[in-house]
Amino acid sequence: MKKFWTVLMCAAMTLSMAACSSDSASAKNDDKIYVGTEAGFAPYEYMSGDQVVGVDMDIAQAIADALGKELVIKNMDFDGALNAVQQGQVDFVAAGVSVDEERQKVMDFSHNYVDSSDVVIVNASADTVKTNEDIADKIVGVQQGNIADIWMTNNYPDAQVKRYTKFVQAAEDLKNNKIDAIVMDLYPAQELVATNPELKILDEENPVFVDQYAIAVKKGNQELLDQINEVIDQLIADGKIEEFTAKHASAN
Amino acid sequence: MNGILKLGQRFYSAFFADNRYLAYLEGVKNTLIISLFAVLLGVLIGVLVAVVKYVAKENKNPLLGLLDRFCGLYVTVIRATPVYLQIFIIANLIFTARDMELYAAITCFGINSGAYVSEIIRAGIESIDRGQFEAGQSLGLSHGTIMKSIILPQAVKNILPALGNEFITLIKETAVAGAIAVTDVTKAAQYIGSRTWDVLPPLFIAAGIYLVIVLGLTRLLNIFERRLAASDHH
Repeated sequence: MKKFWTVLMCAAMTLSMAACSSDSASAKNDDKIYVGTEAGFAPYEYMSGDQVVGVDMDIAQAIADALGKELVIKNMDFDGALNAVQQGQVDFVAAGVSVDEERQKVMDFSHNYVDSSDVVIVNASADTVKTNEDIADKIVGVQQGNIADIWMTNNYPDAQVKRYTKFVQAAEDLKNNKIDAIVMDLYPAQELVATNPELKILDEENPVFVDQYAIAVKKGNQELLDQINEVIDQLIADGKIEEFTAKHASAN
Repeated sequence: MNGILKLGQRFYSAFFADNRYLAYLEGVKNTLIISLFAVLLGVLIGVLVAVVKYVAKENKNPLLGLLDRFCGLYVTVIRATPVYLQIFIIANLIFTARDMELYAAITCFGINSGAYVSEIIRAGIESIDRGQFEAGQSLGLSHGTIMKSIILPQAVKNILPALGNEFITLIKETAVAGAIAVTDVTKAAQYIGSRTWDVLPPLFIAAGIYLVIVLGLTRLLNIFERRLAASDHH
């Protein structure tokens, strides 16, 4: 009986230590820096084998190198990543995050490093959506928490917005005509239609809206923000962003 | 013919290309780790709860009565809420530090499993003839000794097959861990689908992986059960 209670106590202590370590672990582990991302967004972040790579990961590595820390990549859902940086689970988010007023209320953004545009993707054999404006009252797929999600909600309240965690699932539903259109970023959209000939970009020349990507940090983390901005500015000046983009775009 | 070639290409792309099988491997590792520790935790909790409930039936000790009530509440709540919800609550309430995702998953599934395991064990214990308990009492043994030396060893033979099934259920349940950023087999398949823009082949591959794991385990459990049953023949 005694042995039983001993084992029980040990188990209880181990578990409670795990829970308690929250306080000691959140005191900054000084040689690691955590980046949150969602690896379903080539060429910015995507899986290669079991590694997460991409333009954003190259930028994250540059940030880690500048700070002399080891980069730890945390792969999660996009809206989960935005939540994680606010909670302090990750130090910054590099996930093609667009700068937006609402987001700026709860997190801080670095200098922009990419100009992006969002386009409409449709099923080539359906004709429910012929122009960009047609999506106003249709079933439109977006990634949950993504800028397109916010934009659709703000601009087209009569549309039925379907939120997905993965773009590829939205693509599948579009192929099956479960939804009428997808609104997403141009680069990944081009890749999507390249591998799915049944789908097409409605109007590549006229994006639905344009935005900029930036690195997101926890609100008030000015020190890290300044360090990140230094790195971003240097990368832009050296033409590194284009280099990264070309490297990953050609890998696809 | 062309269709089959294309299908083969899609599966090749979902598994071999770009070393993607490594992602599934990582997923399998996480799935097995979570399942193993969760079942251990579940059994620990389940045994405690079952014993409390069993003993509280006899013993009118008020403290035991309170414990019994608490255990009843625990089992009711766990069985009444979806595990997909439970994992979000546990991860956001208790495991708020970094790199705690695996611990959060193990705890969540362990607590969840414990509720069901306690019912399994209780049924197993109650299937032992009451006479065994009374015989122990007439020998002057304490409740604890009776449970430990007489009731539980006999109950174990009834309980083990059900526990084996619980382990297998856990293996499948760990797919839910993807909700808190654990890359298990299912999540790995989703990321690969995102990469190839072809959602189905990786999902089928993941299903195949679960199949292999569960079938392998079932085979092991059968061997184990047969060994146990061997002692029944005189």
